[in-house]
Amino acid sequence: MSSEPRMLEVRKNVLKQNDLIARSLRDRYRQAGVLVVSLVSSPGSGKTVFLEKTLTTLRSKYRVAALVGDLATENDAARLARSRAPVKQILTGAVCHLEAAMVQTALEGWNLNELDFLFIENVGNLVCPSSYDLGEDLRFVLLSVTEGEDKPLKYPTIFNSADVAVITKLDLAAAVEFDEEAACANIQAVRPGMEVFKLSAKTGVGMPEYVQFLESRLDRSRSAATA
Amino acid sequence: MHELSIAMSIVEMAQEEAERHGRAQVHAVHLKLGRLSGVVKEALLSSYEMACESTALEGSQLLIEEIPVEVFCPECRVARMVQSIQWFCCPECGTPTPTVLHGKELEVVALELKQ
Repeated sequence: MSSEPRMLEVRKNVLKQNDLIARSLRDRYRQAGVLVVSLVSSPGSGKTVFLEKTLTTLRSKYRVAALVGDLATENDAARLARSRAPVKQILTGAVCHLEAAMVQTALEGWNLNELDFLFIENVGNLVCPSSYDLGEDLRFVLLSVTEGEDKPLKYPTIFNSADVAVITKLDLAAAVEFDEEAACANIQAVRPGMEVFKLSAKTGVGMPEYVQFLESRLDRSRSAATA
Repeated sequence: MHELSIAMSIVEMAQEEAERHGRAQVHAVHLKLGRLSGVVKEALLSSYEMACESTALEGSQLLIEEIPVEVFCPECRVARMVQSIQWFCCPECGTPTPTVLHGKELEVVALELKQ
């Protein structure tokens, strides 16, 4: 005679392991006073150029570094090395997103106290990275004008999980008849109140406002840490 | 497609829990899955079957309770279900709100065990 199944209460987050590592990373970032920004977007949205310009611009005043996630090839790290900032590639193999443990491993041997900004470029993917906390202070979601205004509605989860939206490749907006107003309305629909920057890393349009934002966030997080 | 690695974590977690409770056989795993968790139910169910293969959980069931997205309306000052995850606003008064109370769950709630 088979006995009736009994219920055992568990109540455990499936991503608990990732969240624990993310939490310890967050503590390390805070102690070191480094502002950590992660970038998520579809493949080809201009993340790497955007990051290269960011690193080059900030490098004159700040100590900056980057981790870049990709399934394969070290091309992005090689491109970013042109900014002369320390850059490390994280090759994820078949994995379609970065996890906190990968970031932790990549940071081995790095002294975070020697940094003001650390950027983490996630694998180009608008689905999987949304579930994984990397301990970052800010998550940026990038949307290029060539992708269409309705991207936020197609991928609401990742847009909702991000803190800031960046509309990239603004120099191509006229050529693709990009409807900026509609794009912004869609971003606000899936994440009300989200800060949005519109820029072109190629021409530099909109970059100063965005850099100013990063600087103010660094100041803010450092004064919060010492308060 | 990260559902397979999520499914493997679920299987691992269930195995550990079952072992701590007298190596009971897991009959079913109850999971809460938020609409904003970034995990697709159908993909998770098929991944679960794969993840169970050749483990003590082979043949067990994954029972998913989908959790709708609940936000806090700052105007009505109460929790409300959003009507669409493409529109984060109060369904009653229309006020936009970014405050998500529920819908991000990815949680093993309980196991059904057989001795």
